[in-house]
Amino acid sequence: MNKKIEIKNLTVNYGTKDVIHNLSLDIYQNEVLAIIGPANSGKSSLLRSLNRMMDFHPTAKVSGDIKLDGESIYLDEDSTFLRRRIGMVSPLPVGLPMSIRENVTYAPRMAGCKDQKELDFIMEDCLKKAALWDEVKDRLDGLATKLSGGQQQRLTIARALSHHPEVLCLDEFSIAIDPVTTMKIEAVLHELKKNMTIVMVTNVINQAKRLGDRTAMMLHGSILDLDENEKLFNGVVKDQRTKEYIEGLFG
Amino acid sequence: MFKPSNHLLNKEIKEKKFKNLLSSITFFLFLPALIIIFWLFVKGHSALSWDFLLMDPIEGMTAGGIFPTIIGTFWLVVISVLVACPMGVIAAIYLSEYAKDNKLTRIIRLAILNLAGVPSIVHALFGLGAFVLFMKMGTSILAASLTLAVMNLPVIITSTLESLKAVPQSYREASWNVGASKLQTIRHIVLPNSLPGILTGVVFSVGRSAGETAAILFTGVAFYLPFLPKSVFDQCMALSMHLFTISTQVVGVPDAFPYATALVLILLILSVNSIAVALRSYFRMKRKW
Repeated sequence: MNKKIEIKNLTVNYGTKDVIHNLSLDIYQNEVLAIIGPANSGKSSLLRSLNRMMDFHPTAKVSGDIKLDGESIYLDEDSTFLRRRIGMVSPLPVGLPMSIRENVTYAPRMAGCKDQKELDFIMEDCLKKAALWDEVKDRLDGLATKLSGGQQQRLTIARALSHHPEVLCLDEFSIAIDPVTTMKIEAVLHELKKNMTIVMVTNVINQAKRLGDRTAMMLHGSILDLDENEKLFNGVVKDQRTKEYIEGLFG
Repeated sequence: MFKPSNHLLNKEIKEKKFKNLLSSITFFLFLPALIIIFWLFVKGHSALSWDFLLMDPIEGMTAGGIFPTIIGTFWLVVISVLVACPMGVIAAIYLSEYAKDNKLTRIIRLAILNLAGVPSIVHALFGLGAFVLFMKMGTSILAASLTLAVMNLPVIITSTLESLKAVPQSYREASWNVGASKLQTIRHIVLPNSLPGILTGVVFSVGRSAGETAAILFTGVAFYLPFLPKSVFDQCMALSMHLFTISTQVVGVPDAFPYATALVLILLILSVNSIAVALRSYFRMKRKW
């Protein structure tokens, strides 16, 4: 299988303690990699390292290397182009203070697209994929900040898809979304997998089980276990703690 | 049925007492402003007329009006804001959005805070040395305006910084996340949402410069000029300075004149400030988050 992302000896700290310690991980093309693990185990920091969001953190120090398609993401000093290739959905929904339409077309507009037809197409397509189109199609020019938390979260997903990323990172995308809508989005993710690589952090173990091709278990900034779902969720684990976490005994 | 306990009743009484205390203190703060304006009006209204506003001072400033001083104050304020506003906003954007938190930027921040506390007469001496003498501008509107600008810079920078900080960091991150550059994020996300605060700060600084006397004393304001300034290299008269002159330096000025001049100055500043307040409430109504 093609390696989409190669993480080599990644260490991240915020001044004092390592939140990610000497982590190495390969992520394959067109797979869904689920990352589970208790709070504070470095899952979000790992995602944020993938699109170099750490650059903006005043005290964060990152060492090691991450390769995207075999090329280090640190080659280019400007990380803007990297971020256009990676879609990121943060756990807290953020509707930018502009209309819903402007929110979803923000990324293509910033990338220089001015064609109104194309923008409209992207908007409808992405909102449909994020299972939000039916709810907002009549008020596309309304303020995004007035949407409910769950709607804003789906808007964030639509925005992350709007620049056609090669890799989609989802950080607990479903915490504010009801189960029915979550299922709709999960179905879409299943479709999207054909065209992109998906990395998702989740606290819902069943979601990892349903969606993931492989699942990684993180604890204290390292990967305890990483295997295909059929094995991992059937008791084939390297570390007993993974099994306990999956079964809800530990965490 | 629910019946409030004694403890709850006590709490309610305390709450009320505290609220009354706060509101009365606030009212007393408001009182001096009212009294000042009222008193100025009582003593000065007899001199107020269109002639007073639109005539030159004549007969050794003991008669006529204050027209040149209003024009002078207008020039000083406009030029100083035109200089200080872009510089201050740009510096604040750099400090807030680009500068790393290190020793140098911490020193710069500290310097800005300290600059805000420097007495205006010291600014005047600085202006005299730097603009009037060193840059050979002479005592002129330009030198005085630049001195005012230097004085207003820290105020504008500080208020702009506050407004920029008020834009949630999550907006910036959301914008960066979809591949917008730093500049695009500032242009499309940060600035539109901090503009109300920035504008308010700028307008308040206008009010401050309009009333400033010491900073323009050595740098460009004349005691008396028989003509209006023709360029920024001329000297001018100013309301605040004129008030000082006719209250202390000239014999035979009618009693009502200083009061009327002060009233004009205060009403000018108040109207500028109320523009700021109106702007702020307008933008708050249109606030998007």
